[in-house]
Amino acid sequence: MDYVAHDASAYAPPAEVEEMELYHPKTFVGKYIWSQDAKIIAVQYAVTAIGIGLVALVLSWLMRLQLAFPNSFSFIDPSNYLQFVTQHGMIMVIYLLTALFLGGFGNYLIPLMVGARDMVFPYVNMVSYWVYLSAVLLLIASFFVPGGPTGAGWTLYPPQAILQGTPGATWGIILMLVSLALFIVGFTMGGLNYVVTVLQARTRGMTLMRMPLTIWGIFTATILALLAFPALLVSAIMMLLDATLGTSFFMPAIVSMGQQGGHAGGSPVLFQHLFWFFGHPEVYIVALPAFGIVSDLISVHARKNIFGYRMMVWAIVAIGGLSFVVWAHHMYVSGMNPYFGFFFATTTLIIAVPTAIKVYNWILTLWHGNIRLTVPMMFAIGFIFTFINGGLTGLFLGNVTVDVPLSDTMFVVAHFHMVMAIAPILVVFGAIYHWYPKITGRMLNDSLGKIHFWVTFVGSYAIYYPMHYLGFAGVPRRYYAIEGTNFIPESAQSLNVAITVAALIVGAFQVVFLYNLLWSYFRGKPSGGNPWNATTLEWQTPDTPPKHGNFGATLPVVYRWAYDYSVPGAEQDFIPQNVPPGEVTRSSART
Amino acid sequence: MTQAIPANTLEPLPLPEGIQGVVADWSSDQRAFKKVPWGKAMMWIFLVSDTFIFSAFLISYMTVRMSTTDPWPNPGEVFALTLWGKKIPLILIAIMTFILISSSGTMAMAVNFGYRKDRVKTFVLLLLTAALGASFVGMQAFEWSKLIFEEGVRPWGNPMGAAQFGSAFFMITGFHGTHVSIGVIFLIIVAIKVLRGDLDHQRPGFLTGRKGNYEIVEIMGLYWHFVDLVWVFIFALFYLW
Ligand code: HEM
Ligand SMILES: [Cu+2]
Repeated sequence: MDYVAHDASAYAPPAEVEEMELYHPKTFVGKYIWSQDAKIIAVQYAVTAIGIGLVALVLSWLMRLQLAFPNSFSFIDPSNYLQFVTQHGMIMVIYLLTALFLGGFGNYLIPLMVGARDMVFPYVNMVSYWVYLSAVLLLIASFFVPGGPTGAGWTLYPPQAILQGTPGATWGIILMLVSLALFIVGFTMGGLNYVVTVLQARTRGMTLMRMPLTIWGIFTATILALLAFPALLVSAIMMLLDATLGTSFFMPAIVSMGQQGGHAGGSPVLFQHLFWFFGHPEVYIVALPAFGIVSDLISVHARKNIFGYRMMVWAIVAIGGLSFVVWAHHMYVSGMNPYFGFFFATTTLIIAVPTAIKVYNWILTLWHGNIRLTVPMMFAIGFIFTFINGGLTGLFLGNVTVDVPLSDTMFVVAHFHMVMAIAPILVVFGAIYHWYPKITGRMLNDSLGKIHFWVTFVGSYAIYYPMHYLGFAGVPRRYYAIEGTNFIPESAQSLNVAITVAALIVGAFQVVFLYNLLWSYFRGKPSGGNPWNATTLEWQTPDTPPKHGNFGATLPVVYRWAYDYSVPGAEQDFIPQNVPPGEVTRSSART
Repeated sequence: MTQAIPANTLEPLPLPEGIQGVVADWSSDQRAFKKVPWGKAMMWIFLVSDTFIFSAFLISYMTVRMSTTDPWPNPGEVFALTLWGKKIPLILIAIMTFILISSSGTMAMAVNFGYRKDRVKTFVLLLLTAALGASFVGMQAFEWSKLIFEEGVRPWGNPMGAAQFGSAFFMITGFHGTHVSIGVIFLIIVAIKVLRGDLDHQRPGFLTGRKGNYEIVEIMGLYWHFVDLVWVFIFALFYLW
């Protein structure tokens, strides 16, 4: 075959924008604390997110301990349990995954992968992190106020979220709502930066259809977030008013503990609509960056171009668009017009089409690839398994008639952990193993990485597989303890113990990962600039880790797409994006 | 097997015509929106996001208006002023709306003179816009205090009917008024920059390392027109419905 590349051309368009001036601070504080460098901000975001994520992990242990050994822990009462559930869910979804994918990976990878010196407005970007940090601090503060954090469930449904009797109804819920509002403000500052950088600050030759899928995923997710968070912000403001000023946006007339409450005429279902108008896109805010990153991991480590690049891009965009018209599938049991149920079930099932396309394309990329079972690759393959699994149970829950009996059972917990907890977390790990060498200049330890992978992967299945059965048996979610029910078999309890043992092991083994991060920072094998022989621009920087400004004196010029792996006729099995066709060394062997 | 690499000419491909040309432009390298500076792109995207915020507010207001069982007070009566012995419905709101729309006019003129680098006229027009905006906020404060002290409207209830009337009113006009106030502050900042000549000398701006130029007047204008446009919707949906 006599072709070299899909999309290469020797033509380099002239520069349209003058070089951006960067602010170069001289002091340590200016460089590393009040830093305006997207790479430092990325690390700040990532460290904060992982830090608060560890809190959520500990909370999951406490829940699991309670579920396996009810009545044995004096420090877990029913209120505590609900608080653990709520804070665990909220932290994991918003403060860990959203912040880590967009604030962490977004900040690090966008400028480097599109060939920009930094984000377009570094100052705003810096403020974004500090506002995020204050949101996290408020969240932590809510653990120490009288009454503790809110226990309303991560969905915070009113009326119960602000009624006395729900844990944290006095202080906790207020801190939670303010913290969420701050998170949204901080995110918006960062998000505007990410979008504008991708749209308007790419380097010469970097057309939209030459962007790595990682960028497409993060970019689309950021747009979703900019359009979905407003609904959460508005519902947070209205609930704050209900809780503090006694308005009745969400509060109907209620008799609570024999007392007529002061509210009348509000609409609790309105909150659910607003919440899920945010909540469902939120699932994809977490999933789309994972989709993008995993595509790149698979392509690099299978030494093959991604199968169906254009289709992958359009699938990301289509999923993003569709995710705004499915929200009420979370409300089948809230009561709605059957035609709405029909509509939302249909749109939900339609999303399965672009999603399935992506899965097929990942598998076809692996097909006949020169697969290298590196640690990032193992996590990527682990992701595909887990995601398919969660996706299939999603088809169950998308149908009204199947969802109604399964709703609010452990089946739902198992489903969403598979699809939006374990699957994206596996990608986070894979991505860290993949990009750590660029961030620090050293490789992570391979053996520790493999141990970490196998325990996490197998362990997650040990945790969540049995939960599907518990759900079928009717074990409800958000329950402190189950007593006096005769429809749940005795054996459910032994299953619960087994799940908890697995959860404790998986959680404890994350220490291996943290140790690896620290140890390799000082002792890891030096990685060189491009340890994985990857084509994208971040691996072509003159320095590793890249200096402020990313690319040294001149910005790279892009001549090809991001996936020139194992190109027939080329001597090396990868051609970086910034190599012009004329400079590719040809192999002497015939192909 | 030597000619693996096709010979490339160094000419750009000719741009396709019509809609395909638009697509080619969008997906081209460096910039999706040609000639749009970063700050302006950022403002546009922010405004789209803000549109979602205001839409959520207004839709929520309409929903609670339907869900409440108490009668909805008649805005024509609540927002009436007694002038010269006569009760005139919505008169204050009409004046406020007129003022805000006029301020969009002065803003547009400021942008125009800004691009002509006419420092003094730009400064005056920006300040005039800020003054109109401030008087809008002032009248809103007057309206609030009249509602609170004379009519007894509170966020949690009022003598005329549904409690949600006051809740939605204070929340939505408050949120919009905050937007106007922030706009006024930034109008003054930009006006001072214009007068000092910061934009001609491209002095780096306040809180940013970017060089100042007259584009910021236009970006300010985008925000201001947006705030006016939102007011039109609030006016129509809250006062006229
Ligand atoms: C070691 C890992 C994890 C374990 C053992 C675990 C365990 C649990 C448990 C036991 C519950 C409560 C079930 C109930 O009583 O209703 C729960 C809820 C939840 N988890 Fe996890 N989880 C883990 C990781 C994650 C991650 C990474 C996410 C990120 C998306 C996540 C998101 C959630 C959410 C959203 C809820 C629902 C909270 C609610 O009902 O309000 N979890 N998890
Ligand atoms: Cu959903």
